[in-house]
Amino acid sequence: MSRITATFARLRAANQVALMPYLMIGFPQRESILDLVPALEAAGADLFELGMPFSDPLADGATIQRAAQVALENGVRLPYCLETVAALRERGVEAPLLLMGYYNPVLQYGLERACAELAAAGGDGWIIPDVPPEEAQHLSQIARQHGLDVIMFVAPTTPAQRIQQLVRVASGFLYCVSITGVTGQRDQLWDGLPAFLERVRSYTDLPLVVGFGISTPAHVAHVSQFADGAIVGSALINRLDQLHQLPAPQQATQLAVFVQHLKQGDSFVTD
Amino acid sequence: MVLEMLTPAQTTPGRFGPYGGCYVPETLMPAILDLEAAYADIAHDPAFWAELEQLQHTYTGRPTPLTYAARLSAAGGGAQIYLKREDLAHTGAHKINNALGQGLLAKRMGKQRIIAETGAGQHGVATATVCALLGMQCVVYMGVDDIARQKPNVFRMRLLGAEVRGVSTGSRTLKDAINEAMRDWVTHPDSYYLLGSALGPHPYPTMVRDFQRVIGVEARQQMLDATGRLPDLVLACVGGGSNAIGIFHAFLDDASVGLCGVEAGGSGATLGAHAARFSLHGARPGVLQGTYSYVLQDEDGQIALTHSVSAGLDYASVGPEHAWLHDTGRACYTTCDDSTALAAFQQLAEMEGIIPALETAHAVAEAIRIAPTLRPDQQILVNISGRGDKDIFIVADALGVEV
Repeated sequence: MSRITATFARLRAANQVALMPYLMIGFPQRESILDLVPALEAAGADLFELGMPFSDPLADGATIQRAAQVALENGVRLPYCLETVAALRERGVEAPLLLMGYYNPVLQYGLERACAELAAAGGDGWIIPDVPPEEAQHLSQIARQHGLDVIMFVAPTTPAQRIQQLVRVASGFLYCVSITGVTGQRDQLWDGLPAFLERVRSYTDLPLVVGFGISTPAHVAHVSQFADGAIVGSALINRLDQLHQLPAPQQATQLAVFVQHLKQGDSFVTD
Repeated sequence: MVLEMLTPAQTTPGRFGPYGGCYVPETLMPAILDLEAAYADIAHDPAFWAELEQLQHTYTGRPTPLTYAARLSAAGGGAQIYLKREDLAHTGAHKINNALGQGLLAKRMGKQRIIAETGAGQHGVATATVCALLGMQCVVYMGVDDIARQKPNVFRMRLLGAEVRGVSTGSRTLKDAINEAMRDWVTHPDSYYLLGSALGPHPYPTMVRDFQRVIGVEARQQMLDATGRLPDLVLACVGGGSNAIGIFHAFLDDASVGLCGVEAGGSGATLGAHAARFSLHGARPGVLQGTYSYVLQDEDGQIALTHSVSAGLDYASVGPEHAWLHDTGRACYTTCDDSTALAAFQQLAEMEGIIPALETAHAVAEAIRIAPTLRPDQQILVNISGRGDKDIFIVADALGVEV
């Protein structure tokens, strides 16, 4: 059983929902992630989506675009991202670690080499938004040989027939995009979300993890009623922006407090 | 394989050899598949093409003429140079061919809001024009650096009722305008994205080529009518590559006709100083903005900055069909640097009374360079893809003249 599958099985048995922070490798400082991930895991985060910066992140809103820009300026490239996964395992991180980024850097590095090295580093899979299932065959095949999952997306606009096709090639979990739009902090969630998730659920037993726009503990609590997990990205990046003056360990401690609230769905924390 | 569940057309969408494809987020896939189906519907619908042809005739002013460049040919003392005059199409460039075709398609799909990107502003102007003609809302994304250097076109778009949104991310040019247009489309999947060149995800490279194909179809017949035979060489500038693929396509099966695309050599051969995807340092196949093609990038697959005096050629990738024509050797690709293009711009103005777009001047420069190496009984056809009114301030600046 893969680390991802085991994590969802454990959470399901405990009647819990997975909290998956998105962090950009190399943001705000080059090595920040090495303190952030262990601190957030201790605060209750269950899986991690680790962003690999790209010059042209077309599925991302302004917040993650900016973080990617900073990370690139900090010299972060794919080889460093792979090293980071290994370094986090050395620091005792046990949660599943997925690398999220755009296709070209992975393609240039070589799909076989990238998958072999991610698996060897202790990583669990790829989240690559600009590779739809039509183009994913090659990557999925190589990833599977190395025991890695390639996470597939489902959008609110995805028709029923296409959802049926998608779930056949998906593994690990399904990334359910909660809005029509790019990533970014939102005040409110889409009110069609429960019906959308119910529709997806009717086609698959894979865990459904919701991302895009989930920004507050209340959002997480709401999503938890219908999904198996929630991804919080831009809201964490924005918080890190506010904390960037602090030394790295303190940034981690502060962000961990927010993650604790997210995990518990504490609705009193609204800022 | 599980992917056998998808239809063959979906597993190999829009490939030119290994190039092309459809690398977009799932949030865009349903809209792309709708577009693909709608285009397949009209591709063989005579009523659609009849309506388009009628508008090309009564609105665009097609067919555009073929002009024999007598003085330029004489000055070279070699091959005879003929000019396909897309600069005389309504709005002053070939871009109207594609904008009109896609505009009619959007109307047929019931779309009311059109999104477009633009580099030099020619595609933005063409799209704004078509939206005014067909009564649709128009939003154009344009890099702030391009807004600064193509002010006349920005004002023209606004006069035509379009909203021009500046893009200040990345290199603040065409590539970044496409990113923003795609983000808009992800957010408003009911809108129609009217992409301006033969690039991006399938079906755009095929669809845009089909709408630009009229250039070569006309020019081929016009050359036969005027000279009794086909040209020996066809030249066109290549940014995304729509004017080039438009004029090349009708000649693909004519083995005697050489095809040559001219890329922006910019200010030098180092990565970041040019936009030559085939010819200079830093280019190899990769995925950018939905398609697999040649891409200017660094060793780690990050997209490189580009430079050209002409905003319309200032782009890090190139249409996937050009990548295939390049690899198969059916077309060759060369470069022309900023200063050579500026010289050709002036020479065509002074010798033929035609002020070309700076983009077009790159193709003119190659004609001027190569004509003397050919025999006087040989013929070169140059696609004059656009007129240069929009560029007079840049050229004045480069010449140190105050307008």
